[in-house]
Amino acid sequence: MLGRLTIDALPFYSWVAMGGAGVTVGGGIVVFLLITYLRAWKVLWTDWLTSVDHKKIGIMYVVLALVMLVRGFVDAIMMRAQQAVSLNSEGYLPPEHFEQIFSSHGTIMIFFVAMPFLTGLINIIVPQQIGARDVAFPFLNSVSLWMTAAGAGLVLVSLVVGKFSQAGWTGYPPYSGIEYSPGVGVDYWLWALIVSGVGSTLSGINFIVTIVKNRCPGMTFMRMPMFTWTTLCISILIAFAFPALTVVAAQLTLDRTLGFHFFTNGDGGNMMMYANLLWIWGHPEVYILILPAFGIFSEVVATFSRKRLFGYTSLVYATACIAILSFTVWLHHFFTMGSSANVNAVFGIATMIIAVPTGVKIFDWLFTMYKGRIEFHPSMVFTIGFMVTFVIGGVTGVLLALPPADYLMHNSTFLVAHFHNMLIPGALFGYFAGLNYWFPKAFGFKLDAKWGIRSFWFWIIGFYLAFMPLYVLGFMGMSRRMEHYADPNWQPYLIVAALGAVCVLIGIACIAIQLWVSARQWGSSRDITGDPWNGRTLEWATSSPPAPYNFAVLPVVNGLDAFHEMKILGEAYQPQQYEDIVMPKNTWIGPVLGGLAFVLGFAFVWYIWWLVALSFVLSLICVGIRASDDNSEYVLPAAEVAKIERERLAQITPADLHDMRDFAPRGAASGAPLPGTV
Amino acid sequence: MSDATILEEEEKVSLEAREFGFWIYLMTDAIIFALLFATYVVLSRNFASGPSSKELFDLGHTAGETALLLISSLTFGFASIAQRAGHKMREVQWLIVTLLLGLGFLAMELIEFQGMIAAGAGPEVSGFSSAFFTLVGTHGLHVAFGCLGIIVMIGQILVKGLTQPVRSRVFRLGLFWHFLDIVWIGIFSVVYLPGVM
Amino acid sequence: MFDVIAGSCFRRIAKAAPVSLLLFTGIALSGCALSDAPVLHPKGPIALAERDLLFTAFWLMMIVAIPAILLTLLFAWRYRRDNGADHAPDWDGSNAIEAVVWLVPAAIVIVIGTLVWESTHRLDPYKALASDKPEFKVQAVALDWKWLFLYPELGTASVNELAFPADRPLSIEITSDTVMNSLMIPALGGQIYAMAGMRSELNLIADGPGVFMGRNTMYSGDGFSDQHFKAHALNEADFKAWQDKVSGSGTALDAAAYAELHKKSVANPVTHYGSFEPDLFMTILKKYAPAGTPQHQAAEDTGEGAS
Repeated sequence: MLGRLTIDALPFYSWVAMGGAGVTVGGGIVVFLLITYLRAWKVLWTDWLTSVDHKKIGIMYVVLALVMLVRGFVDAIMMRAQQAVSLNSEGYLPPEHFEQIFSSHGTIMIFFVAMPFLTGLINIIVPQQIGARDVAFPFLNSVSLWMTAAGAGLVLVSLVVGKFSQAGWTGYPPYSGIEYSPGVGVDYWLWALIVSGVGSTLSGINFIVTIVKNRCPGMTFMRMPMFTWTTLCISILIAFAFPALTVVAAQLTLDRTLGFHFFTNGDGGNMMMYANLLWIWGHPEVYILILPAFGIFSEVVATFSRKRLFGYTSLVYATACIAILSFTVWLHHFFTMGSSANVNAVFGIATMIIAVPTGVKIFDWLFTMYKGRIEFHPSMVFTIGFMVTFVIGGVTGVLLALPPADYLMHNSTFLVAHFHNMLIPGALFGYFAGLNYWFPKAFGFKLDAKWGIRSFWFWIIGFYLAFMPLYVLGFMGMSRRMEHYADPNWQPYLIVAALGAVCVLIGIACIAIQLWVSARQWGSSRDITGDPWNGRTLEWATSSPPAPYNFAVLPVVNGLDAFHEMKILGEAYQPQQYEDIVMPKNTWIGPVLGGLAFVLGFAFVWYIWWLVALSFVLSLICVGIRASDDNSEYVLPAAEVAKIERERLAQITPADLHDMRDFAPRGAASGAPLPGTV
Repeated sequence: MSDATILEEEEKVSLEAREFGFWIYLMTDAIIFALLFATYVVLSRNFASGPSSKELFDLGHTAGETALLLISSLTFGFASIAQRAGHKMREVQWLIVTLLLGLGFLAMELIEFQGMIAAGAGPEVSGFSSAFFTLVGTHGLHVAFGCLGIIVMIGQILVKGLTQPVRSRVFRLGLFWHFLDIVWIGIFSVVYLPGVM
Repeated sequence: MFDVIAGSCFRRIAKAAPVSLLLFTGIALSGCALSDAPVLHPKGPIALAERDLLFTAFWLMMIVAIPAILLTLLFAWRYRRDNGADHAPDWDGSNAIEAVVWLVPAAIVIVIGTLVWESTHRLDPYKALASDKPEFKVQAVALDWKWLFLYPELGTASVNELAFPADRPLSIEITSDTVMNSLMIPALGGQIYAMAGMRSELNLIADGPGVFMGRNTMYSGDGFSDQHFKAHALNEADFKAWQDKVSGSGTALDAAAYAELHKKSVANPVTHYGSFEPDLFMTILKKYAPAGTPQHQAAEDTGEGAS
């Protein structure tokens, strides 16, 4: 009846495991009671969970990412603490627990922090940046969100019922095969990947269509803001790369569950194929995480330097180059698998070529700052911190791309330091910059800048303290994923790294305080105009938070920095002729499909076959109901739109508007050389 | 403008987006198949202790499956022509023929699978058999979903008539069905033909 | 109220931050630990060449990296809002700058790329090393969680200890009788994966006698942390003595002893075998690649997959 699920699945075998389960269950109960106490269930369901509004879906994505960030960070600090004390001893974590922690840390940070964070920001902003009322497929968007949430749910549940994978976040077979990992851990990992991977693929398709089809009149491809460009590129990457993840995860699942022989030792399996398939997804994935952050940096640096973005065309081509090249380098993740020198050299060189467009981007941002009026807003500070730190990560990346050097550094803590050096400044700092930058757009009031700057300092100092020692330890021959070690020379460095993790913990606390403090004083930091930073792109033309339809009248664009031009020409904030607007209706099917995907994954993990069948059939029925529904939209009458818009405009006084006297309209100065230079 | 006209206008735009989105979905599906093909090619000679493809494949049977699927693509084409001409019942008739051909293909495939399992070449026997069952089975699963789609669309045509959304859905289902044909041609030339040589 | 308390906590923490920074620099500068770092102070020409390549590429990249970092900080400071420096709000491009930022990194990548092509071939771990002395052949088998070394020349075997004559090139054939492992002796050079049913190769050479740390670098389960061994490069007399000790140990690595050894064990003590089953290495390989299946060789397979 319950497959292999028995009472033994509960974590009574270790105090640490019980603690983790207790916190998870306790947290769930607290949230449940809080919602009940606030009588918020109905509002939550009708206004949020069933919503197909891209802004609300985006906010829910970001909330998911922040919650999972805390969970993933707890893993990180536990690892740092373990290695700080485990010189010639078991430390406080037995190997099987330490292994679950490093596996879940990587899985969570990539799939349930970075992916939802970037998808959330894209959801909130991109439709507004292209002057659209919504994404192309609002319902599909809701399904994507709930699939991602279902995957996150599976990872969280593994803390309480059963164990998580001990095979690392890359899950290389044969170790992750049923022979060497017989428990449920790898299955939890696989189903979390499969379910959330489907969500990501659907998101990718959705945003390709949105950006190609839903741009407002006049918004040609070469007039799209950089963040929209990076979103288009990563959506294409997602659509091309995530199927590989689905395939490789499905094959490993078949190996484990039905005894297939894709990757097994012997019987005709081939484990090297796993490495190839995984990284055909995995390397583009790195750019899927980083490119949106590059887009955010481009927006932030132009806005807070009070200048046009330097080298827009160059940046667009660099982004496209990176996206294409990202498919040509996957083999550099396993130079040490014994490929021939020719193969290794070709992939090494291909990898280095990516450094060129990436370097170009750094210099374009640099020259955007040149002769600017730089304002040290938290998002700008995160951007500067990123530029300095990311260069170091780029250098170590090229070092690892040299196959002979990689033979030395592969599988070492140097590698760990390198990819954290790319993903913390290159992705996470970008998302934080985006959080500080676009928060008022989503919520109607600004985040407290002081706590934002503080969080930055703790994050960046923590980052250097935590990862520079790991670079050094790599030179000292320390492998990654060691539960304990025998070399006393390593310990001081590991203690410093643990200190770094504590610093980052304070950085995370600063973000929490920032949110709390800002919410407390929201009345005094309201964003009346919808344009708190004197922004340049169309998302600042809407109110904060935007009306459900974003734009009462679709804007017409005739250049880059469309909203900036409108402000100069005095076209912003003018009442217009309003028309009826068609809006999608909320639907229960998204969250229900997510719930069913969760149940399906859970049932598969525990071999509860009747439940697998039941949830599958119910999912099909849901899809069928939706596919036959021709009544999924409603009309918002023009009078209603006019009322909302009038109320908004009435609040804006001339004193709220930004002084645009410094700037000339694009037509006047475009292409003019910089006074006093070339 | 009345609510109805503006909804209709919006519908046209959104159906166009759906058709474009469906092309992209097919592309992601094509990548899934491409990788399953690649897997099959890597493992195609890894028979381990199981029988080889030469002992297992029967080109005559495969030719039968191919014929059924190719003809079904043709009959789906006739259904599309009927839709364009506005012949509701003729379209339904052609869809039923397509459905029967699709089910016939599935039946033949299941017979083949059963034969292989009986011959000791189930998917758990070797790298080759795992890759074979996964590639061909994934295609078969798609055909099964296609059949389900045809049933749903026959129902929609009968209940709702040839409305704009129904037409668009049949169009997309047609893309899907023809796509499966192309994949099958790939399977025939990458799996079966080299397999017997 | 809350933010006042949080603010004062913050200020206290902010004061402690420089101390920890100092601590970090102190350790980094102490250097005593780093002088043992095997990658920075290699004990063989292969590792030395790999390290030098690392250094060369590092300094080449500094041509771009240092200006990027310094200019970022400089521009951020000079063009801060309150500084009143020049403001050119509508300046958005310069072909000269674009040319430099595309072409200089591209030139550096061409230089490093040439280096990569040359060095990847020169330092191919499969390539036999030139020497006037004959190679010393060793067969290494990854087990849970230990390394078995077979010495075909001597007819002996050892677990978790590798010994070889310091003046001869060391040629290791590698496979695994468990999950994927990776064999590395950092002071002598890079690593290569060990995979069941497949044979990979590693060619290394030591500058002279010495004891080096070696280990599996590829996470392989609960005993992974303890899966390390000492590699002894011995002069003629010492090697002879070691050989006699092992040959005289009397224990034979026959099928039964191997089955016992194959069982999982953590921190297996150093063990010597006076003899081993002939063709044991091939037997282990064949276990996963029975007749009828083409014999995998890692190099060929991934090469095919990649090209």
